[in-house]
Parts: sequence; C-alpha cells; structure tokens
Amino acid sequence: MTQSYDAIVVGGGHNGLTCAAYLAKAGRKVLVLEQRYLVGGAAVSEEKYPGFKYTVFSYVVSLLRPEVIRELELAKHGLQIVPHDMVWVPMENGDQLAMYADPASLREEIRRHSKRDADMLPKFNQMMYQLVGAVKPILGYVPPDLTCPGFRGARTLRDFSKHLQNLDKKTFQQFSKIMTMSADDFLAEWIETDVIRALMGINGIIGTMLGVKSPGTAYVLLHHYLGELDGAFTAWGSQKGGTGGVSDAIASAAQSHGAEIRCNARVEKVIVKNGRAVGVALENGDEIYAKTIASAVDPYLTFRKFIDEKELPEDLVSAIDRFKFRGSSGKVNLALDTAPKFRGMTDPAFLRGMMAICPSVDYVEQAYDDAKYGAFSKRPFIDVDIPTMVDPSMAPPGKHVMSCFVQYASYDMPEYGNKDQQRDAFGDAVIDTLSEFIPNLKDIILHKQVLTPWDIEQEISMTEGNIFAGELTLDQLFFFRPAAGWADFRTPIRNYYQCGSGTHPGGGITSGPGRLGALEILRDGN
Amino acid sequence: MQKHTPFHSRTAALCESQSWVEWSGYMSAQMYEMDHIHEYNAIRLSAGLFDVSPLHKYSIRGRDAVALMNRVITRDASRCRVGQALYTAWCDDDGKIIDDGIVARLSENSFRMSTATPTLYWLQDNAFGMDVEIEDVSDAFGALALQGPTSRDILQRLTDADMGDLEYFHLLETRLDTIPVTIMRTGYTGDLGYEVVAEPDHCERIWDALMETGADYKMLPAGMVALDMARIEAGLLLLDADFHSASDAMFEVEKTSPYELGLGWMVNQKKEHFVGQEALRREQACGPASCTVGLEVDLLALEKVFARYSMPLQLPFQSWVDAVPVYSDGKQRDHIGRATSGTWSPIIKKYVVIARVKPQYAKLATRIYLEQTVEARRFAVPATVVKMPFFDPPRKRQ
Repeated sequence: MTQSYDAIVVGGGHNGLTCAAYLAKAGRKVLVLEQRYLVGGAAVSEEKYPGFKYTVFSYVVSLLRPEVIRELELAKHGLQIVPHDMVWVPMENGDQLAMYADPASLREEIRRHSKRDADMLPKFNQMMYQLVGAVKPILGYVPPDLTCPGFRGARTLRDFSKHLQNLDKKTFQQFSKIMTMSADDFLAEWIETDVIRALMGINGIIGTMLGVKSPGTAYVLLHHYLGELDGAFTAWGSQKGGTGGVSDAIASAAQSHGAEIRCNARVEKVIVKNGRAVGVALENGDEIYAKTIASAVDPYLTFRKFIDEKELPEDLVSAIDRFKFRGSSGKVNLALDTAPKFRGMTDPAFLRGMMAICPSVDYVEQAYDDAKYGAFSKRPFIDVDIPTMVDPSMAPPGKHVMSCFVQYASYDMPEYGNKDQQRDAFGDAVIDTLSEFIPNLKDIILHKQVLTPWDIEQEISMTEGNIFAGELTLDQLFFFRPAAGWADFRTPIRNYYQCGSGTHPGGGITSGPGRLGALEILRDGN
Repeated sequence: MQKHTPFHSRTAALCESQSWVEWSGYMSAQMYEMDHIHEYNAIRLSAGLFDVSPLHKYSIRGRDAVALMNRVITRDASRCRVGQALYTAWCDDDGKIIDDGIVARLSENSFRMSTATPTLYWLQDNAFGMDVEIEDVSDAFGALALQGPTSRDILQRLTDADMGDLEYFHLLETRLDTIPVTIMRTGYTGDLGYEVVAEPDHCERIWDALMETGADYKMLPAGMVALDMARIEAGLLLLDADFHSASDAMFEVEKTSPYELGLGWMVNQKKEHFVGQEALRREQACGPASCTVGLEVDLLALEKVFARYSMPLQLPFQSWVDAVPVYSDGKQRDHIGRATSGTWSPIIKKYVVIARVKPQYAKLATRIYLEQTVEARRFAVPATVVKMPFFDPPRKRQ
C-alpha cells in the first residue's frame, strides 16, 4: 500500500526532528526517515559497553534556541540540561588554570596568573556581550539573497544594520576586528596570559580545519559566545543521559503532535518530476510520496547525492562542490573503572566541569601544524567531559564515562596505513596525550571507542566527518550557507527544502535550521 | 542561642559557604557550596541529602490515639493503616490553618506527628479527658531527607529491607548499615524520596554511611536554597511564606483556611467532629474567599520589559518568598491577590509562582498580572493560571 504524507523529513538528526515537530504542530502529516536504528544523528547516546552510555558524537549543549525549547515544550518531553560551572586546564609546568563560574573565585585565580588580566577579562566579556547582543538576532533571521533581497530580505538587512549601528564606536571597531582577525590575535589585544588565550582561542577552531592563528577564526569564537542556558550568557551544559536525550525530547515532541518516525530507513534518492520533488526512494527499493520533502542532512547529500546533477543550476553544483566539509575533529569515548586523577588538579570538584587539554597557544597551533597536511595532532587539543560526575544514569554506580572531543584529525591520514590502522594510531595518540595529564588513565580504562572523521562519516553519514555539516567559517555562514542565493532553506527544486546544520544558523545542537526551515515550508503554504 | 542538630559535626565540616539560617532554633545550612545549583541538580538528577532534624516531632500513644488524631487533623486518621502516613492540615476553631505536616501511624495505638510549628500544647489541650500519652520527641530523633531519583538505590545498598516494596507515604522500621531507623517515603521535593529518622547517638554514623554510599550515585548534601526551589516546583506550601499559622498570626487578616490554600482535598467532612469542622463546613457551603493557584509567568512579555532597558531577560535563579501584588489587569488597577513564592524552574524551564487570588480568577488558563520590578520600576507582567504541582514525575509514586 502506498502511503502519502504532507511532508517527509530526510534524516532524523536533531534538526530533522525539530523540523518535523514544527510541521506536525502545524497540522501536517509528517514522516521522518532515519537511516540508523535510532534517531538523533550526531546527538545520540548509545550503550557501546554494557552499563555505560556514551554521548557518542556531540557532548555539550548551549546554542539550543530558547524559542525551540519553549515552543516545543522540550522540558516536558525530557530535556534536562545541567550547566557546567567551570573549565579546568592543566599546564605543562604542573600549574593549573581554573576558570570558575563564580566571579570572585575567577578573579582570584586569574590574578595568580596575571593581575592585569584579572582586570581585563571582565572588560573583554563586557565587549563580547555587546557584540553578542548585536549579532544574536541573526540567529532568528532567514538569510536574504544579497543580490536580490526582495522586500523581506531588505527588511532583514535593515534590522541587522540597525543592531550594528547601535554599537558604540569602540565596540564597532571590535566588531570589524572580530570579523577579520585570527582568534589568537584578537584575544592577544586583551589578554596576556598564554594559557587563558589558549583556552579562549579554542572556541575559534572547533570543527574547522584552521588554527588559532588563522585569520577568520575570531568570528567563530563569537559564534560560540551566542549560546545560553536559561538566559545565562554563554553557559554550556550537559543533557541528562547524553545528547541523545535532546534528540529524544524533540522526537517525543514531534510524535506528540502526530509525526511518524521510521528508523532503519535509508534514503537513496529524492524523486523529482518536472522540477518538483514528489517523494523519496529508499535503499530497500520502497518509494514514499509526499507533497514536501525536507532534507535535514548536509548540503553534499542534499544536493549531490539525492538529486541528479541535471536538475540543478551549475553554479549551485559548483558551490556545493566547493563547500568545505573537511572534518577536523575526532572523538574518543572511554568507560572508566574509577574517576580519573588529573595531575595538578587541586580540587576533585573541578571534575564536574570541563577539562581542556590546551596548555599553551603554541601547543594548540602545533596541533594544527601536525594535522593540516592530512594527519592527526601528535598532541591534540582535547575537550574532556565526565558527565557521570553529576549524572549517575550513564554508568554503573561509582564508574564513569569520559567523553573526549579531539582536534585535530583529518578525514584521510594515509601515512598511518588503512582506516583501521589510522584509527588505532589516532586513538593511541589521544590516550598517550591524556596520560601525560592523567597518570592513572591507562589503568582505569574499561573500554574505549575511537572515532576519526572518516568513522563519523561511516556511522552517521556526515560528509567528511565535519561535525557542523560544513565548516562554520565566515565564507560559509548566513547568506553563504550553504550557497549564495540558496540560503533561505529553499532549493531550485520546487517543494524540496533544506533544514539541516548546513543551513543557517549552522552546526551545533541549535535546532535553529530545523525550526527556520519548517517555518519557511509553512510560509510557502506547503 | 543556636542549637545544633545531631548531624552538626558533619554538616558544619561540609558547609563551605558558611551560609546558615535559623530553623526552629537550630542552625540549618542554606547551601553547602558557594552556589546552590549543584545541590538543586542533585535533587533532580541523583539525590540530595538534607538535615531536617529541626522539624518538631510528637509521639501520641494510647487507647485514644486515633480519637485524638481525628479530633485534631482534618483527614480521617482511622483510615490511616499501620505503616502508613498522611499529609494533613489542622485548624483552629475558626477553621483557620495552624499547620500542615505528616502524621505517621507506627502501630495500632501509636502515631508520630512531624510539624513545622510547636504543637505540644495544642495536642495536650485537645486530649482533655482522653486516654493518651503525648510526648515531644523532637530532641529524641535526628532526621534526614534523602530526595532524588537515586535515593531508593542508595538506601537499598544499606538495608536488607526491600525498598522497592515501600510505597509512597508508607514507612518501615529497619536497619540502615546495622543502625535502627525509621524510613518513611515522604519528602518536600516532589521527587522520589525518603525521610530517615534515627536516635541522636546514631546520627553521625547514618550520615557517614549515606555519604559514603551516596558518593557512587553523585548524591550531594543539600541546603534550604535548593530545597525551596524544589518544593515550589512540587507545588508544596511553606509556612511563613505561603501562609501563616493561625496560632502565631497576630492579625485576623493573616489567617487562611485549608480551602484557601488548595488543601480542601484534605478536609474530610464525613468523619466525626474535628476542630474547625463547623467553620469549614460553612466555608465550604459559601466558597472560600481566595484560592491558591499556580502561575506561569509569560517570559516573552517579561523579556520585553527588560528590553526597554536594553537588557536580556533575567530570571530568578534562586527562589523568592515575598508578598507580591497580583492584578486582573495590566494597568495595575484591580488588585486580586498576592503571589507568595516563585522560582525559575530549571527542570520545566518555566518561571513558576504560587499565588493566592480571588476565586473568580482561579480557573485554569486564566490570564492575570504579576507585579515584577525591573530596574527599580514596577511592571505588571502577564501570567497564566496552571495546574500544580508544576513538576510531578511518575517516579515520585512508582
């Protein structure tokens, strides 16, 4: 029997689910197709070792749009995010940097490193706060076509420029700088302590194949300042049970509005007739028809895999082919017998926050140097989270899971042999690096899962393993995401839409593309 | 002079914030860390351990124990089986509430009552002519509340009794790490949780055992700041915040009835005479003068108020307890009642408030206006009447 739907959403990642939830809430009959056995895409929690639940790919939440939480009532559906109150950095000389949330403790800690920085850091944050205020409204805009903005686009541009005009002269200068400089150069104008700059600079390179000294990374830094938790500026947190819990909450919201979710259903092609999308063909040969097809997967799959080239204008094809994915990060998930003991950590309560292995700016830049010709960093930047320090639901009592986000690792690293050998070598480098800072680590590992960018692509089909479905650099954001002229969630094919992280406002667990995509679909009357 | 509970040697050593509050003459930790948020999260994610020893406790024993209980409380004590506990109110002759608390039936003719206000005199006064022995056992026991989703697992590791068998609002006598205790499945957080009562000499050992086992479950000692957020989410009223005791109130206007507080369900008019019954019957017939409701503040509207000052929305990250005007209109002309406590609820992602308003505004989904002060200026922010408890997870009862 052929079933028909108002809309099919291809890809059950958090954006696909968000899009489906909004469409279903508006009364549409919606089907979500997910290739894997579970929904979530890059936001999944899986028990890879008995009793231990890994937050397999993504691991922290901050950019999730508050309007999505509110409109989809995600808290009712199980969203439960616990804020991290600090970041801790071990230094090579055995000292530490403890970035407390509490301003008084933070100030005292910074003073230990630099009295000047203790004064400057609040000023830097004030300035960033102004910039965030000016830039943040963008997150809710549908990017206009610059060459032909139309009435709505012109209004968007006017709104945006109004926000920028509201900045005072000094902050506007900072705005110009942040749009052009490297993260480290930008930070160096404010902060003198090397380890603080290393830690803050990291936000400029996450998910991109660039170094903290590469021009353009300062903006990425700002992008990571746009998040909030319960209205708290730039706060990050962990979802109970791992980021899969966020996906489950959105899926539950979608289902409560009547959306249907089908797992183990891999889409091969979008069926196009006379320039109009009419359905999808699955890998198993099934065809499912719908009035509207929304692709929540990355731009490469959306345009180059699902659609025949002849259906698309040449400039879009070449823009997508030039779109930079080049995954730059991997993930190592560990099951641990006891809590790890970091060298030099003066208070075990710091384990509840994030631990960042980025002891100096040169360390981080060196990590990029190692990787930029197709390899991994011998001593990478590692962002460590031990969710079981606050959430006992992810491991047996007294045991822990440790999530390690690792940058850099390239998509292909031929000097290490085949893909299995590449993965092993990468995993060893990560464990060896971590062991420098956690001497007892190797004795307490019960299980490890290692993911290179190639593995990420294999597991969840994100092209070249880029965690943001395309790098978040200025040339690939807002009206350029994924391609100039096609940033408004529509495509050259009628009734075929985009709603994944490859569209505005981009990657990370934001639900922004899913929501904006759905609203555009509804706006078109589909 | 501040008294110390039997757990003080332990709680004082852990109270990094040195933030204490007076509770019934005892020192009680506001929060252990410099910030309360970990403690709050522990209640909803793992477990929080509270020292609740300052609650007053009374033992009521004798042939007429049931009769006395039934004379005092508004619920029917005869329907409380041995091993069961009741959450109940008790009133004065005018049907005004004196307090709410827990009455537990320990045996056929023996009850233990825990209260926030001193109640010995009231019990003795009402026991005139009855064959019953009333004893203030407040100092004879220390009490802990262990609240949160892992509380059952933690207790189970320390006792042979099957914690899975202990139902909501029931109690059992057992040993915790070889120490005799009473465990009652009650609490003030609206979550899965228990209260553990032990003799003072054993209290430190109980604390140590729970802390040691609880560490594996990320349990944290928790203070009153986190507890107050949790109890508001659970829609539970606080004495001297959401209502005043008729026995302490200096003025008539401060007194309220169970009907006004949304506790009408615990007034059993079918049972034999109890104190306040006549007045409550009259009140039931003509309806209460006010009703207690849950409110959800309209955050988009509040955000707009902050936007006037180019400020982002700011939420109350700690609970507040105050008398805040409530209006039927945005112009603040028609005063219809008061909000008594409120908090941002991280778990349901809403700004929730407990308020007492004129009955015609108590219907669900009614839109009313709450006074909020932003930059030292008063605004009326819309809020919607919603069902309480705001947060009510199935695990509380399961």
